[in-house]
Amino acid sequence: MNHQTTKTTTPHHQGSLLSYTVGFILSLVLTIIPFFAVMEGLIAGPSAILLLTGCALAQLLVQLFLFLHLGGKGQRLNLMVFLFMLLVVIILVVGTLWIMNNLHYNMVPTEQIDQYMSEQSQKGF
Amino acid sequence: MIRTTSLQPTVHEDESKSTLGFWIYLMTDCIIFATLFAVYAVMQNNTFGGPGGSDIFDIPFVLIETLLLLTSSYTMGLVLLALHRRDLSQIKIWLGLTFMLGAAFLGMELYEFRHLIHEGHTWQQSGFLSAYFTLVGTHGLHILVGLLWIAVLLAIILRRGLSASVRKRLLLLSLFWHFLDIIWIFIFTIVYLAGVL
Repeated sequence: MNHQTTKTTTPHHQGSLLSYTVGFILSLVLTIIPFFAVMEGLIAGPSAILLLTGCALAQLLVQLFLFLHLGGKGQRLNLMVFLFMLLVVIILVVGTLWIMNNLHYNMVPTEQIDQYMSEQSQKGF
Repeated sequence: MIRTTSLQPTVHEDESKSTLGFWIYLMTDCIIFATLFAVYAVMQNNTFGGPGGSDIFDIPFVLIETLLLLTSSYTMGLVLLALHRRDLSQIKIWLGLTFMLGAAFLGMELYEFRHLIHEGHTWQQSGFLSAYFTLVGTHGLHILVGLLWIAVLLAIILRRGLSASVRKRLLLLSLFWHFLDIIWIFIFTIVYLAGVL
């Protein structure tokens, strides 16, 4: 009977008090670390970007597995949809940054435009 | 007896179908946020003589917002655990607490927006501020919808107790709420922390 109820009440949810609490504490730690690193100015430049990205991605994984229970039993389709979304997001974000940075790189610097404009105005425009 | 055993599988099939459907919705929502993040990344330095991120962001204030939302995500997990135990009073307590934490988060965000607009830093001032208000505002709008959802469910639970449909809606609500917390991690990191580096 007891087995029956646990089986019927948790069809696709493997959460327990322990998993939620561990997820919560890990998330807290992964929020506080980058906060102090940035506020105290402990890091700068590329290592700062690396630390921020690392902590955010780690927290993403913690919450995906411990809060949303991705990849559990009966979640195959959910995982497939998630991975497809990830592909779309990567194409979207990387593509956008690539194209826009390329446009920016190919743009005529503002000083040159200003110089050109003043030359034209001196010619009587 | 025969009736209940024959009904059980269809109920669960229905539940896992709506979970999958809702999950697909959440993934498309992810793409909306990814688009807004990409826009923000492009617009970040287009301040047009106005303030940049490091001039206007109050990081300790935003940390408190982050902790409120994170705690509300945890209490939403506790709602789900209480739901599995069918513990009605615990569900009410944790759901009410989740609502209050979420409302406090939204209140702080609106206060921050009001402060920025009061200083003259509206979304019309620069590309950076347009992208900032759109990204953070869209997240705030989702939180508002989540709060309405919690309020409606809480009212139904208080009046009529638990039913199969309420159970299903609570499951979907918890997915929505955890999802919003994950989006906020990236706003906190990319917009706020990276903004003041």
